[in-house]
Amino acid sequence: MIHLFKHETKEETPKGGMLLRVEHVSVAFDHPVLRDVSIHVAHGETLAILGKSGTGKSVLLKLIVGLLDPDKGKIFYKDKDVTNLKEEALMELRTQIGFLFQGSALFDSMTVGQNLDFFLSKHTELEPDAREKKIVEALDMVQLGRAIDKLPSELSGGMRKRAGLARSIVLEPELILYDEPTTGLDPLTASSIAELILEMQSRLGIASIVVTHDLPTAFTVADRAVVLNEGYAVFEGRLEDLHDSSDEFLREYVGASHLDRARREKLLATKQWAQGLQHKTVAPPI
Amino acid sequence: MENESTGQPNTVSASSAPELGGARGLPTAPAPAEAESSPRVWGTSLIHLGGLWKFGMRFFRALSRPPYEFKEIIRQLNVIGFRSLSLVSVVGVVIGAVLTMQSRPVMIKFGAEAFIPAMVAISVMRELSPVLISVILGGRVGAGIGAELGSMRASEQIDAMDVAALDPYKYLVFTRVVACMIALPLLCIYADFLALIGSWIVERVEAGMSVNLFVNSVVSSVEFSDYLPGVAKTIFFGFTIGVVGCYEGYNSTGGTEGVGKSATDAAVTSSLLIILLDVLFVKLTLMIWPP
Repeated sequence: MIHLFKHETKEETPKGGMLLRVEHVSVAFDHPVLRDVSIHVAHGETLAILGKSGTGKSVLLKLIVGLLDPDKGKIFYKDKDVTNLKEEALMELRTQIGFLFQGSALFDSMTVGQNLDFFLSKHTELEPDAREKKIVEALDMVQLGRAIDKLPSELSGGMRKRAGLARSIVLEPELILYDEPTTGLDPLTASSIAELILEMQSRLGIASIVVTHDLPTAFTVADRAVVLNEGYAVFEGRLEDLHDSSDEFLREYVGASHLDRARREKLLATKQWAQGLQHKTVAPPI
Repeated sequence: MENESTGQPNTVSASSAPELGGARGLPTAPAPAEAESSPRVWGTSLIHLGGLWKFGMRFFRALSRPPYEFKEIIRQLNVIGFRSLSLVSVVGVVIGAVLTMQSRPVMIKFGAEAFIPAMVAISVMRELSPVLISVILGGRVGAGIGAELGSMRASEQIDAMDVAALDPYKYLVFTRVVACMIALPLLCIYADFLALIGSWIVERVEAGMSVNLFVNSVVSSVEFSDYLPGVAKTIFFGFTIGVVGCYEGYNSTGGTEGVGKSATDAAVTSSLLIILLDVLFVKLTLMIWPP
């Protein structure tokens, strides 16, 4: 297999250096959505943002890429203040961040391959042959090599997520934002998507923020978690510590997900398996 | 902060608007009691027109920033222009035939039967064909663009372009507006030609008029000032249809229900603006080429 992705060999962004800082951000529309929320993500780290529907999780992602402006607070991406960037600088920043939308947001009028090529042709100087190799490799990574000429309408929900993921990684971002990556999928497909996300992170070393209300997905993919409730960040820490929390909302939230000890141990085993894949090129048993 | 992309007064994305309660500054659906309030309706309409104006003016900024998406413009020309040919063909022939049938009795009454081809040609070229074709395409094309971009907004495809720094305005809006500005004049010329054929068919059936006589009558009476303004104003009508359709779709809110509303609003607003703009163009034409 030809490996065109720089991340497999580059070591200049070791896990641990700060990539993103969201500091005391508040947003209100007709009602407060986020209140004094602060998060941070290091290079190569995966942060899960959990919470009920309508608690501002997706708003937080849109703040990070500059689609929304906060009323208060600052957002720093590699020490650049996203909230004060001019248009061209913001465009440049957005090319470094991948975004997997809840509905995948593939362009209906283009095939899967054209969807990826659209991003590559606009942002790289690569020749068509090199672009095609890169597209094939990205699709192979998500096991969609055979779907390169299919239209999004011909794909299942899980395949659309995979195609969206391939499009997110094709520009070799340093950070990927996942907006509800497993919502609307059956449990098996959701589990395979979560494992795929983990594998992407392990192989490419990309930092990730995964917005989800699905605790098993968070458990599979994330190093840390932030839980939002009514606009406030009510928890930040390791997912394992969520179960020990004395906070009433957190206990209810964890209890409602039916994530017992045996299931947690199984998910942790999956995570360890995927982390063992780092820098290897074998196909995962998904 | 004003949203560059949408021409709206802040930067909240449309896809999030339902969640955010219309925070993009878009006119949200009024509550029943408020809907009856005239000042609010006028205020909403003015905000809408202001947003539309800013959105349209951004076209010229995009025009000054090459490169352009020629492949997409050609694709849109096919969708907007070529696929409208059958509709325009029927409308063109019917305009000429009906106008001839309606005017014949009156013209005969005044002993001016010989002037029917000239009268039909001037009426069609100056006014009927440009306005009718534009209004009809405002419905077909404007609603189509509104629905297409509305569904792209609802499925976050426009947001996906935004977050990938792909300038959705330039790719989606600029290309469609340019295609409308090219397609409308061409379709208008085509409709003019078909209207004359329709008129001749009626004259042939009713009065046995030959093609030569019909053509001579038209050519000898139609002047440059009859033809040019009619075709020229369709360029502006094309701009209006493209911008309105794109604006309604681009700023669509409310998911699939919003898509339908965008399509309807695009058709209604573009048709209304075409008719209003036509008054200005007629006045302008009469000032430049006085009768």
